[in-house]
Amino acid sequence: MLPNPGFSPRRIWAMLLRYLYLLRSSWPRIVEMVYWPTVQLMLWGFMTEFLRHQTDWVARAGGVLITGVLMWDVLYRGQLGVSLMFFEEMYARNLGNLLVSPLRSYELAISLVLMSLIRTLISFGGTSILAILLYQFSIYSMGFPLVTFYMNLLLMGWAVGLLVVAMVLRYGMGAEGLAWVVIFAVQPFTGIYYPITVLPPWIQTVSWFLPSTHVFEGMRIILFKGEFRTDLLVNALLLNAVYMVVAVVVFLAAFRAARVRGLLLQSGE
Amino acid sequence: MNLPVIQVANLTKVYKETVAVAGVSFEVRRGETVALLGGNGAGKTTTLCMMLGLLIPTSGTIAILGEDMLRHRYRVLPRMNFSSPYMDLPQRLTVRQNLTVYAKLYGIPALPARLEQLGADLDIAGFMDRPYGQLSAGQKTRVSLAKAFLNEPELLLMDEPTASLDPDMADYVRNYLRAYQQRTGATMFFASHNMVEVERLCSDVILLRAGKVVDQGSPRTLLGRYGRRTMEEVFIDVARRREGAEEPEPLAGAVS
Repeated sequence: MLPNPGFSPRRIWAMLLRYLYLLRSSWPRIVEMVYWPTVQLMLWGFMTEFLRHQTDWVARAGGVLITGVLMWDVLYRGQLGVSLMFFEEMYARNLGNLLVSPLRSYELAISLVLMSLIRTLISFGGTSILAILLYQFSIYSMGFPLVTFYMNLLLMGWAVGLLVVAMVLRYGMGAEGLAWVVIFAVQPFTGIYYPITVLPPWIQTVSWFLPSTHVFEGMRIILFKGEFRTDLLVNALLLNAVYMVVAVVVFLAAFRAARVRGLLLQSGE
Repeated sequence: MNLPVIQVANLTKVYKETVAVAGVSFEVRRGETVALLGGNGAGKTTTLCMMLGLLIPTSGTIAILGEDMLRHRYRVLPRMNFSSPYMDLPQRLTVRQNLTVYAKLYGIPALPARLEQLGADLDIAGFMDRPYGQLSAGQKTRVSLAKAFLNEPELLLMDEPTASLDPDMADYVRNYLRAYQQRTGATMFFASHNMVEVERLCSDVILLRAGKVVDQGSPRTLLGRYGRRTMEEVFIDVARRREGAEEPEPLAGAVS
C-alpha cells in the first residue's frame, strides 16, 4: 500500500510562494494593503486631535480612537486576506489545477490564513509606525496584551473569511462583493470607538457573542485603567474557538458540496 | 500481469433532472493511450472531472492505480497529472514561477534541472521568465503540458492536449507524448476532438453519446466496424446515430 502523504508544510510553503510571487509582481496589491488603513488612521488621528480638547473621555486616553482604528483593521484585513487570496485562484482559473494536485483543501485553508497573517503584519506595521510619526502614539506601549488582542481579531477575521469563501463556493463569484462588506455588519455593535454600554441592552447581549467586543472592551480598559482583564481575553478565545470550528466545518462542507454540484471549475457569476 | 490503471464501473452523474453520465464502465491498462470521444455534451469532461476527483459521482466506482478515487484520491494524485487548455495558471506569475510552485506541490527534487529539461523538451525555455498571461494560446498549452509532466506522471489525463497549437507544434507535442510513453511506460487518457491525433496516438477509443459508452475499440477496429476511412467519419456516424437506431444518418462520401 502507498504511504498516505498526509499534511505537508512543503505544499503550504508552495502556496505561500505563489501568493508572494503575486504580491511582488503587482504594486497595486501592495498599495491596497496600506492605502485604506492609512486614510482611516489620518481621519481618526485628526478626529482625536479635535476631540481631546472637547471631551474628557478622549483626553484621558488620547490613543483610544487610533487604537480602535488600528485594531479594527486587523480584523478587516484578516478576513479580507483569506477571502481575496482565494478569489485570486478563481480570477486566475487556477483552482482546478490546484485541486488535482496533491494539495489538500485544509492545506489550502492554512496557506490562506498564513498569507492573511503576512498581509495584516505589513498593513498593521506600516500604519502603527505612521501613528507614532504623525500623532506620537505608540500602540506597542500596550505590550503583551496587544499580541493577544491582535491574535484574537485575526482569528475572528479568518473565521469570517472562510465563511465568505464558503459562500462564494456555493453561490459563485456573484457573492464576491460580500467579501468587502460583510465584516462591516459587526462594526456598529462591537464597540470599536465607543463602549458597548451606549448600545440598547438587547444589542449589548448580542455584542457579547462577538469575540471582537471582548477585545475592544479589554483594549479600552487597558488604555483607561492600565488593567489587563484576562476574563475578557478568555471569553474572546473561547468564542473564537467556536467561530473557527464552525467556519472550518462550513468551508469543508462547501468544498464537498462544490464537488457534488460541479462548481469548482466555474468561476463566473 | 498488466493490471488496469483505470477501472471505471457504472459511473453515473445526475444534476437534478439532467443525466450527464449514465452508467459508464471501462478499463485502461498500463501503457495504453486511450481517447474519450463524443460530441458536445456527451459527458467527456464530466467523466474526466470525476476521474480527477473534481466532481463526486452520483453512483459508480473509480479506481486509479489500484486506489479508490472517491476515498483515497490523495494517495494517487502525486502519481498522476492533468492538462487542459480550459484551466489556466496564474497570469501574473512567470512561467518559471508557476512551474516552481507546482513542482513544490508535487515535491519534485532537483528542480532547476527538471525545469531546464522541460523547457527544452516543450520548447518553452525562451519564455520561461515571461508572465504566463502574456503568452499566446499555443504557448500556454505547452506550459500547461510542462506542468503536467513535472512529476513524471504514471497516468496523464488530458483534455484537448493539442488545442491552440499550430500543426507543426501539435505534431511536435504528439511525438513528445509518444516518446514519453515509450520511455516511462505511462498511461495516457484524453478527451479530444482532433481525430488525426486520436488515430496517431491511441491504442483504444471510447465513444460516448448522451452520457453512455456506445462503442469501444482500437481506431483500426472502429474504422472497419463502421466502414469508414477516417475516425472523423466514425465520430460523425456515432454523433448522428439516434438512440436505438440501427443505422446512422447518411454521411456524404462514406465508404459503403
